[in-house]
Amino acid sequence: MRESGRIARLTDHMVKNGTKSAEKEPMTEKRTALELIDIYKSYGSLEVLKGVSLSASDGEVISILGSSGSGKSTLLRCINLLEKPSKGRIIVSGEELELAPGKDGDLQAKTARQLERMRSQIGFVFQNFNLWPHKSILENIIEAPTQVLKQSKDEAIARAEKLLERVGLLDKRNAYPANLSGGQQQRIAIARALAMDPQVLLFDEPTSALDPELVNEVLAVMRSLADEGRTMLIVTHEMRFAREVSNQVVFLHQGQIEESGTPEQVFDHPKSQRVRDFMASHG
Amino acid sequence: MDLLGFGDLLLSGTWVTIKLALTSLCFGLIFGLIGASAKLSGSWIARTLATLYTTFVRGIPELLLVLTIYFGGSMVLMAIASNFGYDEYIEISAFAAGVAALSIAFGAYSTEVFRAAIQAIPKGQWESAQALGMTPLKVFFRIILPQVWRLALPGLGNLFQVLLKDTALVSVVGLSDIMRQAYVATGSTKQPFTFYMAAALIYLGLTILSTSMTTWLERRADPAARGARA
Repeated sequence: MRESGRIARLTDHMVKNGTKSAEKEPMTEKRTALELIDIYKSYGSLEVLKGVSLSASDGEVISILGSSGSGKSTLLRCINLLEKPSKGRIIVSGEELELAPGKDGDLQAKTARQLERMRSQIGFVFQNFNLWPHKSILENIIEAPTQVLKQSKDEAIARAEKLLERVGLLDKRNAYPANLSGGQQQRIAIARALAMDPQVLLFDEPTSALDPELVNEVLAVMRSLADEGRTMLIVTHEMRFAREVSNQVVFLHQGQIEESGTPEQVFDHPKSQRVRDFMASHG
Repeated sequence: MDLLGFGDLLLSGTWVTIKLALTSLCFGLIFGLIGASAKLSGSWIARTLATLYTTFVRGIPELLLVLTIYFGGSMVLMAIASNFGYDEYIEISAFAAGVAALSIAFGAYSTEVFRAAIQAIPKGQWESAQALGMTPLKVFFRIILPQVWRLALPGLGNLFQVLLKDTALVSVVGLSDIMRQAYVATGSTKQPFTFYMAAALIYLGLTILSTSMTTWLERRADPAARGARA
């Protein structure tokens, strides 16, 4: 599965660049889609993140693992400032988000405009889907494209229908979130994020709120996104999935990166005892 | 019921009452939304002002508010006008004073209804909209407010019924509403039961109408019900 994913990404890359040279190491020449430099976050005296740096090349899939309380979700939420980092730098596709300390000491965006523009380029998928219950499925998906990207309604609907077809829920276009299962809602939430055609997709434990039998339908959609060459950061407890789709695995412990590397390194030959224990207890 | 030719008078009073109630509702909802936003804002000045507003207005009788605005308002306006060299007598219309008093009162009570409803919207609803790059105003008006409506409607419906009946207070400053017209008709026919009963029935009719409106709105605002229809 992972091999086919790599190949798909490779071909995708070749198509994009119009090159024929096949057996390249694509990572080295690819530009950086997302870079986090030395992110700190504390709540009062509680330090949740203690200097995390991370870099994702275009098309790279990074899984962030760690036990609960390790700061994985906080790290993800710091990237689009749903959580205000205390220190650090955030760079998306070469553009640095301009930050300045606010009244509470945490960093905030210097201009709302830049923050909004960068947020529109970063897709975020929440654990609890957070679809808007008063809007139909189609309305949920076209809301941001029409309101933020100023697409025409027809254009947004046409794109939304393609995305709905892709996540296998075109027949639900006029339904409301309350009428859908958790797995379906999460697939819609992914479609809503994709409708913005983001540079990076962030997944915050996307399957943790789902009944076990609904997990796979969501993972299948995410896998197809990885195969397509999307840049993704995934906070997850789905070890097998992480191992299959990731190029890079990052293990967080108490707000710091305990170990990172390829899935083979981190899953099969972890250097840290902590990671070994974690892998043993999570199968 | 024989209205002895006063039917038209009562009818015109009903129209005045309806206009007064609906106008006050519009302004009152705006005051309530502003009040709730102030109470939930990060600025302590806004929070303090909003708390003073709700505490003060909810702490005094509506009748007092009506009288103060009607008589006090004239004096204030005249004092201001005399500064500009205008010394004639100025009178506020009873209707305007009524709208001001009732919407200020409605605003104070609905501030609390809106505040509770806004707080009941899960944080994730704001976050998913923010994460897509929507501006704070768009998040509030397009994502949060429509959901606030649904939660606030039952409470607002209640407040509107109270407002509808409080309009009768404005008759003391001479507004020709249902109450006033019933009083006038009673004065000239000496038949209090007939006309007060007629007024009571009109108020009852209006409140029943507003209750069914509220129910209809509540059903319309329920996304699950809409989804079932779709």
